[in-house]
Amino acid sequence: MSGQDPAAAFRIEAGELLDTTEQALLDLTHRLDSRDLIDTVFRGMHTLKGSGAMFGFDALAGFTHHCESAFDRVRKGQVQATEELVAVTLSAMDHMRALVECNAGDLEAESAAILKRLQAALSASPAPVHDAGIAPSTSQLSGDHDGDELPGGPWNVHFRLPVEAMANGTNPLVLLDELRDLGATRVAAITQDIPALDQLDPMQCHMAWDIELPTTVARDAIEDVFIFVMDEMELVIERSEQTLPAEIDGAADAVTTENGSAVVPQLLPGSAEPAGNRPAKAASESVRVPAERLDLLMDRVGELVIVQSRLAQLASAGISGPTGELALRSISEEVERLANELRDTMMVLRMVPIASLFGRFRRLVHDLARETGKTIDLVTDGESTEIDKTVSERLADPIVHLIRNACDHGLETKDERLAAGKSPEGQIRLSARQTGGEVLIKIEDDGRGMDRERVRAKAEACGLVQAGQVLSDAELLQMIFEPGFSTAAQVTNLSGRGVGMDVVKRTIEGLRGQIDLTSEPGKGSIITLRIPLTLAIIDGLLVRVGCGNYVIPLSAVEECIELSLETDIRSRGRSMIQLRERLVPFLRLRELFSTGTRPDPFQKIVVITSGGERVGLVVDQIIGSHQTVIKSMSSLHRSIPSFSGATILGDGGVALILDVVQLVALGQNREERLRAAG
Amino acid sequence: MTSILTVDDSSSIRMAIRIALSGAGHDVAEASDGAEGLAKARGSKFDLIITDLNMPNMNGLEMIREIRKLPIQAGTPIIFLTTESDDAMKQEAKTAGATGWLVKPFVADHLLKVTRKVLGA
Repeated sequence: MSGQDPAAAFRIEAGELLDTTEQALLDLTHRLDSRDLIDTVFRGMHTLKGSGAMFGFDALAGFTHHCESAFDRVRKGQVQATEELVAVTLSAMDHMRALVECNAGDLEAESAAILKRLQAALSASPAPVHDAGIAPSTSQLSGDHDGDELPGGPWNVHFRLPVEAMANGTNPLVLLDELRDLGATRVAAITQDIPALDQLDPMQCHMAWDIELPTTVARDAIEDVFIFVMDEMELVIERSEQTLPAEIDGAADAVTTENGSAVVPQLLPGSAEPAGNRPAKAASESVRVPAERLDLLMDRVGELVIVQSRLAQLASAGISGPTGELALRSISEEVERLANELRDTMMVLRMVPIASLFGRFRRLVHDLARETGKTIDLVTDGESTEIDKTVSERLADPIVHLIRNACDHGLETKDERLAAGKSPEGQIRLSARQTGGEVLIKIEDDGRGMDRERVRAKAEACGLVQAGQVLSDAELLQMIFEPGFSTAAQVTNLSGRGVGMDVVKRTIEGLRGQIDLTSEPGKGSIITLRIPLTLAIIDGLLVRVGCGNYVIPLSAVEECIELSLETDIRSRGRSMIQLRERLVPFLRLRELFSTGTRPDPFQKIVVITSGGERVGLVVDQIIGSHQTVIKSMSSLHRSIPSFSGATILGDGGVALILDVVQLVALGQNREERLRAAG
Repeated sequence: MTSILTVDDSSSIRMAIRIALSGAGHDVAEASDGAEGLAKARGSKFDLIITDLNMPNMNGLEMIREIRKLPIQAGTPIIFLTTESDDAMKQEAKTAGATGWLVKPFVADHLLKVTRKVLGA
């Protein structure tokens, strides 16, 4: 959370509040009579209004007030929730988002337009519409006083608190002090009603008081003292016959003005300006971390401090003899364990459940269904799967695009579906699950599937494929990811603002992820995204090729085998090995990287997989597993294929990280070329 | 130092209250809903509890009723926050055992004034 700035905190909170409220609204579309959901929506707006007004978001508070009033009426059963009302409220939520970002008045016209629709939706709702209801509330600190009475004392005040007043937190002493501050000249306690000691409950109040107050005090000011208890208590304020000397004027005046003040929207100390000028982005930069995870981190840090002191002790005592060495080794092991644990704990801190990402798409599908006139059911699964916050944010746009595509191109219209013997409502299934170091996200639709003919025609038209060129089915489907495949005709208002699948693919690959597509004509398509859990650190296999070190992401490594000299010579020209009845092509990294060194006598093959395909990488030596902190390549080197980054080794040397996807593709291409050549 | 518990589902309101009150030298504890507020009230004695009424899990009214049953909080003033000057709601909260109220939106001065009002100067 961003320190001590309530306005920034409010912006974050408002975002979350709008998200949950929107979810409730979307659920409400299906269950229009659910009291719980209506309450949730109402409460969300209520809080948004209340907090908004506190932090100077007046336009937001004013606007939200109307929506809140509308839902208050729904809540009280005066009107019924209708689909139209929910739809209008959803667009109102978008508007609220805009108002949270900027407090400017230039959104007023839009506010008015939405409120007009809201009013229309309310009037159209079946139940009787009684009250006008929608009017800005005026709220004040104190109760409603006429406030027109002039100071006209002196006063005789008699009061008796309700018996339970003290139990309910009212302290009569504080009230008396306050009256004294007003200038009370005489205070007399009436104690006759106090029960005998054996019947006395100390938490009950049985006393009454008579107080005399001077002329200068306004009646309002006296009533204000009792504001919290006035309704239940005995209070008589009478003008006294005798004139009292007005001695403590100053104090009385001060209180009067203070009490008379109305509520001015004003910021609390610590919050600077309201909205507007601030960069809007700042709000999304914070992560909400469950306390127990922080505790865990604290534990680890605590252990680290202990190990550090052990090390310091050892250093000062001097490492001598086998015992010293043993102690040092034990500390080293301890530090290694802690570093691993700290890394894992740290990574978990950045993890957020994917539910927050999936949540956004429900609204999208709802809107798309309305726009296309199709009935679309969104099913989500595995929302509790956790993913790095940055990854989750960067995934949003690509998935939006994929869902738009599925709704627009994938799913058929109701009539087409019925004609094809399917259920009238189309289904989009969004699922996530974790496998090893990756999260698998699937976007499935049960629509018409990819039309191979059309893909082919389009690919040929774009010059991506030559007429007559033989393509496997997978290759053909891959065409949609090619830059330039998206044609102008495809850029409808639905499937994208000119963003093609190639951009989606690039974004996914930028996250070191992969995108796969399978499609069955008439049954639908499945797009699978494989996203690594985190961007920063991976487990890697450190290998040596020539005199350079390289890291292969361990999650891609399937197995390591020896390439005997004999096999090596035998496989010359084919670069294939037989692995459990399957031929696996391999790449000699020494040749690929032109190291110019002689091969080691015992070379190894590291078999890696990507997207179901396997490729062997011939290396000189396998050094072992290595915790790899990924450093991105400089802009000069970024375009070099086959490397996805670099890392720094324990000895200060640099190792390049191999790009598994690229290498597998390269290996497979070679194999196919060889196969084509016979 | 007086210790004050603030219960609100809005973290920005809690932050605003905390800033205003800790600025005035109070010790402020926070809870994000009625259930959590009640748990904290069970755990230690507060000099003042400031709570919202409209909250998930356990609303403010229920929490006030439960707190009033706790011997440890006997006589602890409870101030509730309310957006409307809704008399019915106010009455209900008073009956539940609240000491006073504060109408949102409020500024730091109002909060401090109400705090002084129930705690004494």
